Amino acid sequence: MLVENRTDKATMLDIQKIRADFPILDEKINGKDLVYFDNAATTQKPLPVLNALANYYGHYNANIHRGIHHLAEKATSAFEASRKTIQKFLNARYTEEIIFTYGTTDGINLVAQTYGRAFLKEGDEIIISAMEHHSNIVPWQMLCEQNGCVLKVIPVNDDGELILEAYEKLLSGKTKFVSVVHVSNALGTINPVKYIIQKAHEVGAKVLIDGAQATSHLTIDVQDLDTDFYVFSAHKLYGPTGMGALYGKKELLEAMPPYRGGGEMIKEVTFEKTTYNELPYKFEAGTPNIADVIAVKTAIEYLDELGKENVAAYENELLAYATEQLLKIEGLKIIGQAKDKVSVISFVIEGIHPQDVGVILDQQGIAVRTGHHCTQPLMKRFGIPGTSRASFAVYNTKEEIDKLVLGIEKVKKMVL
Amino acid sequence: MTINEIQDELIEEFELFDDWEGKYEYIIDLGKKLPKLSDEYKTEDNIIKGCQSIVWLHAYMNGDKLIFEADSEAIIVKGLVSMLLKVLSGHTPEEILKADLYFINRVGLSSHLAQTRSNGLASMVKQMKAYALAFQTIEENK
Ligand SMILES: Cc1ncc(COP(=O)(O)O)c(C=O)c1O
Repeated sequence: MLVENRTDKATMLDIQKIRADFPILDEKINGKDLVYFDNAATTQKPLPVLNALANYYGHYNANIHRGIHHLAEKATSAFEASRKTIQKFLNARYTEEIIFTYGTTDGINLVAQTYGRAFLKEGDEIIISAMEHHSNIVPWQMLCEQNGCVLKVIPVNDDGELILEAYEKLLSGKTKFVSVVHVSNALGTINPVKYIIQKAHEVGAKVLIDGAQATSHLTIDVQDLDTDFYVFSAHKLYGPTGMGALYGKKELLEAMPPYRGGGEMIKEVTFEKTTYNELPYKFEAGTPNIADVIAVKTAIEYLDELGKENVAAYENELLAYATEQLLKIEGLKIIGQAKDKVSVISFVIEGIHPQDVGVILDQQGIAVRTGHHCTQPLMKRFGIPGTSRASFAVYNTKEEIDKLVLGIEKVKKMVL
Repeated sequence: MTINEIQDELIEEFELFDDWEGKYEYIIDLGKKLPKLSDEYKTEDNIIKGCQSIVWLHAYMNGDKLIFEADSEAIIVKGLVSMLLKVLSGHTPEEILKADLYFINRVGLSSHLAQTRSNGLASMVKQMKAYALAFQTIEENK
């Protein structure tokens, strides 16, 4: 049991037991215990997920939806069981509303190139925000180049929150699509996406939410949000890399043309005409990433067993502790002080380039991310080349945060 | 001194350090001592691609010698850049083109610096050699 029956939420998790599930945490880096604070880039994977991968390849590897032999059936049913798990995870109405992708980036490109190309035309406006990851900027710019749409950007205030009044001013009859990030990877800000979606729907626009950073921290309910599309990556959710999912409302997915052509996505092929398969297969051309799809089910179950609320409570405790401790460091400034945040802290230190922070922390076994975090427009907004970012997951501890603080003091001592 | 003599000297200096801290403090010190590149050379064209922090490289001929000047926003990179300048600047294009930079591995920098930074260093070396080739061609066509 990883969860104890105690009333105090934050202490309900046995963190040492959880840590034992993540073999990588025993690694030594430059001779020191690894302190892994780059969870917003990708989380580590627990043993059950590693075992699920090995078990698939070791015991029932087969191509799916094709063979009638035992292994093919077993692989197919595990594969489809994962779709059901994701449906429940996002609280989607129908299983076929879950399309497997290779990640968030893939999901956004899919929507831009199918929904976008089919239903948006010259002069239509697409709204994104100033805190988007490049993967929620570039696909829309490519679409704009293809069909003459216009990109509009919701600005960000000094605390790293979206300026909602400005968003409302951008909305008009011309707005046909809104694509914003649920949780900012660079700042940790949780955006009020339900409100954003509601406002977009009032002018008849469709909405995509980039959930890459949200799924491991927040409970997602696509029906309650009433979002048209929701995308995420499994690798930020204790699952494998190169796997993710797109949720889309059934009627929209049905109306959209297919994305990639090939096997699996067809009903019948002749040289004159091909008819496409039904949902969700219409969007899943070729042999999919079977092993990783199967393993993401295990990752979600792992998280469910811990209890997402317990995880969130514990991560918030880490966030509060780290914020307090880091702010004691002279010259350190936190970028992104939104009221609603997940356990991500971006910071700059006066007179020290983030890269130097990263190199010297690495020497001490501490992994943080440095740079622009694939959000160059956002860095420009704050007038900085980049930040150092520490992001916490359920297996991190306060002792590790203390090491980070000492590590930063050492950086200052060496560089300044 | 020849390029190899300078490299050997650097290797000897690094042998004095028995931990990463000493090594990095030395590199940081080199970074701090490197004269600032004049703003007129901090142009878009002089920026080396492939580095996480901005690195500017300026090159010109002085007699038959190719001179490099460089700068970076990040102090450790600046220290590394300073070492590259120490080794390569002030030699003929031909010598620079032929140079085998064995010191990088010997002082443990490729292993002691994260992948992205090593790559940045590699881009810098590539760019220096590209300048050497360009100036060699110009000299030959004179
Ligand atoms: C907010 C956000 N959107 C999109 C992405 C892209 O995710 P992936 O690289 O898994 O496609 C990331 C990952 O860094 C992210 O943090």
